[in-house]
Amino acid sequence: MNLSEISDLLAWGAATAYTVAMIAFAMDLSKMSDAIGQRQAERRAQVPVAVGAGSKAPAASPVFPQDPATGRRTSKALGIAMSTLWLGFMIHAVAVVTRGVAAGHVPWANMYEFWLTGTFVAVGIFLLLQLKIDVRFLGVIITFLAVTFLVLALNVFHAVADEVQPALQNYWLVIHVGVAVGGTAVFTVAFAVSLLQLLRDSRDHGSTFLHGQGTVVRGRNVLAGRFFNWRFLDAIPNPVALEALSFRLNALGFVLWTFTIIGGAIWADGAWGRPWGWDPKEVWSFIVWVVYAAYLHARTTRGWSGRRAAYFVLVGYACVLFNFTGVNILFSGLHSYSGVQNAPNS
Amino acid sequence: MAEKTDQPDNQAPQAQDRSYRPEGIDDSFAGTDAAPASAPQIGVRGMLRFVWRQLTSMRVALFLLMLLAVAAVPGSIFPQTAQAPAEVAQYMRDNPTLGEWLHRLGFFDVYASVWFSAIYILLFVSLVGCILPRVKAHLHNLRDAPPRTPRRFARFPAQGRLELAGEQTDPDAVVDAARTHLRRRFLGLPTFRVVTATEADGARTVSAERGYLRESGNLLFHISLLGLLISFGAGQLLEYRGQVLITEGRGFANSVVEYDTFESGALFTEDSLRPFSMTLDSFESTFRITDAKAQDFVATVTVRETDGSERQETIKVNQPLSQSGAKVYLQGNGYAPYVTVRDAAGEVAFSGPVPFLPEDDMYTSQGVIKVPDVSTGEQIGLVGYLLPTAEITDDGARSIFPDPINPALVLTVFRGDLGLDDGVPQNVYRLQTDEMTQSVEEDGTPVTLIVGKGTTVDLPDGLGTIEFSELPRFVALDLRYDPSLVWVLVFALTALLGVSVSLFTPRRRVWVRARTLATDGTPRTVVEVAGLARGDDMGLQGEVDSLVAAISRLDPADTADTPEPPSAQSSTAPASPAPASTVPERPSDEPL
Repeated sequence: MNLSEISDLLAWGAATAYTVAMIAFAMDLSKMSDAIGQRQAERRAQVPVAVGAGSKAPAASPVFPQDPATGRRTSKALGIAMSTLWLGFMIHAVAVVTRGVAAGHVPWANMYEFWLTGTFVAVGIFLLLQLKIDVRFLGVIITFLAVTFLVLALNVFHAVADEVQPALQNYWLVIHVGVAVGGTAVFTVAFAVSLLQLLRDSRDHGSTFLHGQGTVVRGRNVLAGRFFNWRFLDAIPNPVALEALSFRLNALGFVLWTFTIIGGAIWADGAWGRPWGWDPKEVWSFIVWVVYAAYLHARTTRGWSGRRAAYFVLVGYACVLFNFTGVNILFSGLHSYSGVQNAPNS
Repeated sequence: MAEKTDQPDNQAPQAQDRSYRPEGIDDSFAGTDAAPASAPQIGVRGMLRFVWRQLTSMRVALFLLMLLAVAAVPGSIFPQTAQAPAEVAQYMRDNPTLGEWLHRLGFFDVYASVWFSAIYILLFVSLVGCILPRVKAHLHNLRDAPPRTPRRFARFPAQGRLELAGEQTDPDAVVDAARTHLRRRFLGLPTFRVVTATEADGARTVSAERGYLRESGNLLFHISLLGLLISFGAGQLLEYRGQVLITEGRGFANSVVEYDTFESGALFTEDSLRPFSMTLDSFESTFRITDAKAQDFVATVTVRETDGSERQETIKVNQPLSQSGAKVYLQGNGYAPYVTVRDAAGEVAFSGPVPFLPEDDMYTSQGVIKVPDVSTGEQIGLVGYLLPTAEITDDGARSIFPDPINPALVLTVFRGDLGLDDGVPQNVYRLQTDEMTQSVEEDGTPVTLIVGKGTTVDLPDGLGTIEFSELPRFVALDLRYDPSLVWVLVFALTALLGVSVSLFTPRRRVWVRARTLATDGTPRTVVEVAGLARGDDMGLQGEVDSLVAAISRLDPADTADTPEPPSAQSSTAPASPAPASTVPERPSDEPL
């Protein structure tokens, strides 16, 4: 078993740990939903006639067991989730390092390595955020995305560790692609925040679907959640706070992405003889940049801030994902370093 | 569903504004944002003003940005003439009707099309219209003093309060301490701009503001984008670019006629070509023996300036050569077998290296040898492949490695009129066989010659002989001159700087009011602090707390007792500061 295979095995290990963390995060949310429902039932029992008369129940600030040192909520499931997440993160770190050693270059020179390192950085950003503010409500989405991308990378995009071709033998590989990995990871976490912002916002505004009652399609009630009532959304921060967090992350992502494009242009001028040539990857990097620029503008435009601006984050993130999957697979261009396609000569 | 009515969490707040409005990098202007409905009798000038106001509104800018993103997509779906002309031609052949329409609508040249240009030109007009008034407003703002201290602090999002009892802690001392703290330097610049005042009732106040760089960065970013566009445009006009293919031992001079292809911008003149010449001394490639993967390409050249000085340089894939303000890139490479063709009379009809263009990773290369200058008989044309490491079996011949381990030419032979004399330019890599006859075996199959390196083979039909003596390399060089690139880089970097400063600089205002109260005989100094930020600012309360801490250090007893006073002090404030996660109503008389 060589170093490259050890790295693959460790990546599988990290994906497993993340899966366990995801289940624990989900169990915690479900328990919290139950607790909120129970409390609401108790409150109803106390004031049986106060419904519907415009008397909105006071904002729920659930009293859950708290860690006396940090004032953060604690629960057994959360403890398990965070420990397995840290464990997975450390295994992931070793997987990334061994991959780099096995390949003899930074571990982001092809599509598999990009996602291997990208998911690692995304989880790292989540853990870093958690050191400063309590963002464990993001845990399910972050671990879900990390597991999905990691397993997809291992199964579909996998390439054996190898040296890089002459076109990539440049320090800009470290800078340009490295910053792109970081930017993508930041956008991933920001996407998770905006998604929750939109869900919470919809629930606050009376979406029947997000109250577990389904929605009406052609006169029939469908998608009623018998087991899932979305009540956990009441326990996460309000849309305004989520919007602020998402903006902070997206602003950082936008700066990193701007740098990615500039660094890419400098490298392209040295390698391909022009800073910008509308190669498919360049086109989509440009689209990503423009969509996030539109997001930043929408935030300050009357009638577009808040909820509407958050949709830009979803569109922007879809473009980011397409840029790192679809563009490599569907279009032929100069950025054909994915390592996925078969050997051209036969 | 009966359930629906008795579940409180189904009760949605009804008419609530869904656009909770956090402020971002852009300070949206009142006035430009929402253009008022136009009155019917506004006339031409009014109409123009209306259109201008619409165009420069944030809403239209947002719409144009979205449109720009959408308009860029087709360029990645359809082949583009500028990047892949052959693919465009193929697409037109495969889809004649659709292709024709796509061509007419500019889908094969998206980024130069009328509609794409219209979008980004409108966007930049909108940008200029937005930037100009903002630059003016910002310059004005830069000279302004921070706004006076508001009367009541209760509604501000961040607050602090403390009382000092010491002898030296009169309001003047408080103001001095606050000023010293607020004027602390960050990267050599004072953090806050500070103005102090005395109110009618004797209270001393401090008003301070930081973060002017936020708008400065924002404007720098937008101006840089404008500079970037102008630089790219200027580059299109001034640039030139030429491709040349040279074999080992040969060279070229920097003049238009020497290039195989040459393109230049509208403002290019031949004077822009600074004379120098270059010879390819050698070219070396390294392939991994196990899987033929390319590992390195190095071209060694000698450059000769007009003054006769010479120097040797190397050009690699990622490492262009800078020469006379231009850059020379290594864009391709291949083999140019040195062949000598003798005609039926035994005279040398052709002798020289012939570039064969590689078609795959094994350098299976296609080429044509044209022999017009025969002393007797018909002209000769040879078409075929060069195989660097030939493996010849009954099924055919192929190359199994890109290095020349066992090079061989596999050629078919034509005789007749090459068509070179009628003056029409021909592709050197194609043989025009209209006026030619192919040599065939007795069974009618074309004659296939296999010429190994260092051998001489007879041509069929008594046409003569062909000798394959050596196998030099060739390189395809791309020379590009674009004087605007340095400006593109400068504006790209200032844009990056501007957007970073704009997004990460907090814009905050802080006020302090200190007054002496002597209710029970002992004079106390009551200090109140308020903070306001543009947009959501997690650090605002921290800013107020650190100011409170700095002022509390005036009180020797206090500092001795509690080394960490800010939280203790500010928690005594009657109106406890709102948590950072809520956005309070902004005091309407103090717009930021």
